[in-house]
Amino acid sequence: MERPLTQYIHPDGTPRLLGEYVKAGGYRSLHTLAAGIAPQDLQRLVAEAGLRGRGGAGFPTASKWSFVPMGSDAPKPKYIVANADEMEPGTFKDRVLLEGEPHGLVESMIIAGYALEAEVGFIFLRGEYHRSAERLTQAIAEAYAEGYLGKPLPGTTFCFDLHLHASAGRYICGEETALLNALEGKRAIPRAKPPYPQTVGLWGQPTIVQNVETLYNLPQIVNHGSAWYHGLSRSKDGGTKIYGISGRVTHPGWWELPLGTTARELLEQHAGGMFNGVSFRGLLPGGASTAFLTQEHLDLPMDYSSIPPQVGRLGTGTMIVLDDQTCPVGFVLNLEKFFARESCGWCTPCREGLPWVARILESFEEGLATDDDLALLEMHAKVLGPGHTFCALAPGAMAPLQSALKYFRDDFERHISLGRCPWSNKPTQLRVLV
Amino acid sequence: MLTDTERRELEEALKHYPDKRAGAIDALLIVQRRRRWISDDSLLDIAQFLGMTGEDVDSIATFYNLIFRKPVGRHMAFICDSISCWIMGYEQVRAQIQKSYEIELGQTTRDGRLTFLPIACLGHCERAPAMMIDQDLYGNVTPEKVETIVEKYE
Repeated sequence: MERPLTQYIHPDGTPRLLGEYVKAGGYRSLHTLAAGIAPQDLQRLVAEAGLRGRGGAGFPTASKWSFVPMGSDAPKPKYIVANADEMEPGTFKDRVLLEGEPHGLVESMIIAGYALEAEVGFIFLRGEYHRSAERLTQAIAEAYAEGYLGKPLPGTTFCFDLHLHASAGRYICGEETALLNALEGKRAIPRAKPPYPQTVGLWGQPTIVQNVETLYNLPQIVNHGSAWYHGLSRSKDGGTKIYGISGRVTHPGWWELPLGTTARELLEQHAGGMFNGVSFRGLLPGGASTAFLTQEHLDLPMDYSSIPPQVGRLGTGTMIVLDDQTCPVGFVLNLEKFFARESCGWCTPCREGLPWVARILESFEEGLATDDDLALLEMHAKVLGPGHTFCALAPGAMAPLQSALKYFRDDFERHISLGRCPWSNKPTQLRVLV
Repeated sequence: MLTDTERRELEEALKHYPDKRAGAIDALLIVQRRRRWISDDSLLDIAQFLGMTGEDVDSIATFYNLIFRKPVGRHMAFICDSISCWIMGYEQVRAQIQKSYEIELGQTTRDGRLTFLPIACLGHCERAPAMMIDQDLYGNVTPEKVETIVEKYE
């Protein structure tokens, strides 16, 4: 089983310095650029490979790129931004790459820059990822010293500069346009679209914002071609995926596997099944903003096409498992508190609605909820859903709630009928009737 | 007044951007690295350096989680309260902190040594519960381990 993205990562997670990276074939893709491949041909190659964004939405990379103005009349400069603001609860895949193979991101960004004739790149890194920052800083310095950055690539006029920007925290910074505002030194509030960043992005210039894992696929596609890339996958979308599992499983961790690996294989074979004495109830397939999948979905291939939209979406592919000794209402409450805290406050439904949802869920856990509260949760799941808010933060927050109301409704009702959380030993609280 | 070192670092950061304002977040982080928090005076110094108003810089400083507008301890202890850590025992870890140091998250120990703050997902979910002190990341934290970890920071 090939693991092109992670095969050389040291078992202890220490990164490879430039010499070791080059010895293992690193920066080989730059020879293809130096040999004179046209940017449009590089874009075609990525389209043929069927690369889809690994940040959560799964948008085809080549389609995203197709809106960038190209040629000598295109506005200059153009920017490539690596979205390394990994802050989705339950998600830890990009950290693995950033810490273990920092030169991989530098190489990937040079390729993206070449394909889009963009001269400048930024890595927008989570402020808490100190180890990644150290390693990327060193990799960028080494790449400058070697002439991969800051000088024309041999035989070409293409020259790429790369900067690392450490963020100061906030989940919303991971949203494409909020990230651009943060890079411009402003509050990270999403921008209205259109115009889209591909034409009007960073400082008004054409900009592509791309997830870290997505970018790491580029050198592999350039080196091995689209047919090989498709062969890595069990799905119609190309490549491998860094999957992860956390929660009460025997071996929580991450694995690079063919895209389309089933949730059952991940859970039972790679994570070693559930932890002693607990049973599986459900999982979020890719972070806090995805909908629950349950036993009936375990044989679905975990890719961007196989999960029916009415069931949910893959998201980041790093799963959070719900077991039978964990309260599903408490689980969703934790998620909603996170989203309420991280709302940027720009639009009213999100700013006011998410704390309201969190308070209602708290009342379930405290044994104070009534049937009306269930109806209120249903209402919020609709009015904070897609199309009602400025960006996708609130709809993302509603995905686990909506699916929890569907699959674990009995548990919500038990909270009401018992007047307490069935998983908690806390004494029943007094219900004050006014 | 910004120190010469702060000015040098800030000027270096500004080289990456086409306009000065873009350096606002970097400036706050640069100053905070040495002074631990952003006082009103520091804020105005940064604003003056970048040609912005104090209100502008404050609107940025108060937006981001890692900028502190109140004094903090000599060390920052971030306790991940996100879902994987919650499943794996975050609440017991928090309870131990409250018991050992007689404080809530968001407060500083009486001796000014540590400020404990909740934080969203540290990306260490496979080793939940996780905590980070300054730049050091800890996984599989249990209530029993809390004091041993914290003792390293004077």
